Amino acid sequence: MIETYWEPAWLTLKLAGLTTLLLLVVGTPIAWWLARTKHWLRQPIAAVVALPLVLPPTVLGFYLLLVMGPEGVVGQLTEKLGIGLLPFTFEGLVVASMLYSLPFTVQPLQNAFESVHAGFLEAAATLRASPLDRFFTVVVPMARNGFLTAGVLTFAHTIGEFGVVLMIGGNIPGETKVLSVAIYDHVEALEYTQAHWMAASMVAFSFVVLVSLYALKGRPRAEMVR
Amino acid sequence: MTGRIDLDFLCEFPGFRLDAHLSMPGSGLTALFGHSGCGKTTLLRCIAGLQTCAGSLSVNGEVWQDSKVHLPVHQRPLAYVFQDTTLFPHLSVKRNLEFGYRRIPESDRALSFDDVVSWLGLARLLTRMPAGLSGGERQRVAIARALLTSPRLLLMDEPLSALDQRSKQEILPYLENLRDRLAMPILYVSHSVSEVARLADHIVIMDQGQVVDEGPLQATLARPDQRFGLEEDAGVILTARISERDDTWHLARAEFDGGELWLRTDDRMTVGSRPRLQVLARDVSIALTRQPDQSIQNLLPATVDDIVTDIAPGTSMVRLMAGSTPFLARLTSRSVHTLGLTPGQPVWMQIKSVAIVD
Repeated sequence: MIETYWEPAWLTLKLAGLTTLLLLVVGTPIAWWLARTKHWLRQPIAAVVALPLVLPPTVLGFYLLLVMGPEGVVGQLTEKLGIGLLPFTFEGLVVASMLYSLPFTVQPLQNAFESVHAGFLEAAATLRASPLDRFFTVVVPMARNGFLTAGVLTFAHTIGEFGVVLMIGGNIPGETKVLSVAIYDHVEALEYTQAHWMAASMVAFSFVVLVSLYALKGRPRAEMVR
Repeated sequence: MTGRIDLDFLCEFPGFRLDAHLSMPGSGLTALFGHSGCGKTTLLRCIAGLQTCAGSLSVNGEVWQDSKVHLPVHQRPLAYVFQDTTLFPHLSVKRNLEFGYRRIPESDRALSFDDVVSWLGLARLLTRMPAGLSGGERQRVAIARALLTSPRLLLMDEPLSALDQRSKQEILPYLENLRDRLAMPILYVSHSVSEVARLADHIVIMDQGQVVDEGPLQATLARPDQRFGLEEDAGVILTARISERDDTWHLARAEFDGGELWLRTDDRMTVGSRPRLQVLARDVSIALTRQPDQSIQNLLPATVDDIVTDIAPGTSMVRLMAGSTPFLARLTSRSVHTLGLTPGQPVWMQIKSVAIVD
């Protein structure tokens, strides 16, 4: 009982944590590019990034399954590289989660970056800061709330995913059986007590996360005055 | 090591063409002057490298840009004071000041942190956040932050325009002080004649993306053929020495090369001080003989030097020389005709008012 409870919980946290971390690394340059570029590809790329918002998770999962499967482009590539096939592995789940949660990272970051007035970057440049230096010493601190929102939303959204997991990960204990799937399992098996434990703890966890986010963001902070 | 600032820029922006070819002195304060939209800010941004424009630029012998070189902004040893302050809102005043200071090698720090802080009166503000400062205080911090990079060229883009009158009066003395104290050249963008009259040593006048006139401030403003439409603000600047105070009438006598003027005075006009005076062309009239029985205090003998038809219809600009000092008088063309003014003719100047600009 304890085992079957903690294993999915730990797996869920690991998946969400890793996805969030990787997405912040990948999503930051994408968001920065979208916030600053005047390139004609800006709109199409923004649309691609937003696609997971509107697609049913099963659609996303279905195509990922095909692409990462033995007949798919990615599947053939991973096999050639000796990684093997990604579907029904934890790694496959991470890749799928990253795509699924991409807009939840990129959009808050993009909004935050857009609100950093170009004048601050110009001022930093005239004060001898190189482009990378400007990004880390001016943009990142000024977009602090954007990073916070992106991180929390991505984490929470990944914890809540179900359809994609089911399509791409299946239901392998210790590998791909995360909380949402475990709850579904218990309900199917009419084990309502177990389902209750898991479901209620997720409600509590989500509540605590959101309250701490609002507390962090709502802290009175000297607003920028220009 | 005073050299020159040489630049040559030619590029198109949407709805606007910058075509500037200039050689400016490599020291002192040069005002880039013109109506809004004339391209003076764009020129300043091209000099900083904030805007890319084909051309060349060298500052006191160092090439910052030519056909082969184009230094990015952060590698140009300049500082920029923006129209709106761009203090970083997430950093304290002290950390804002240190932002550029920490980024230049120690051996390049010609100005010490404590000196700059005390020049601009910032000691009490160091721990404050930018959001809690007044407009004038913020602009002073921005100026100090710029200076602390020990730049070889200081660019200022209308640093006073976003401030109210009181904050302007608060900052102007600091700017004058810096101009006299610093060896680095300052390029100062402004559309305010009074700021330029007060601060500049040299002036560059721009119109529609082009330089229409440039030269030493006093000589340039004293040209009668004004192509730059100063209109009501046309007039000369002269430096005088206060030689006497008459406290009964609250007047002071200011001597200059070629005559003397009586000024209404306040307490700061001490004997021996050297104020800059401005005499507007519209405040000068001409008489062929001395007119003693009238209210104007300042009557000076002068010689007609040049007469030019002014931009405004029916008016003429007359340049007069009192000794070696030029004055301008704006007269109606009919007056010029009736008086029969010709170059070389001795006349009397009647000066209705004199402004003390610093």
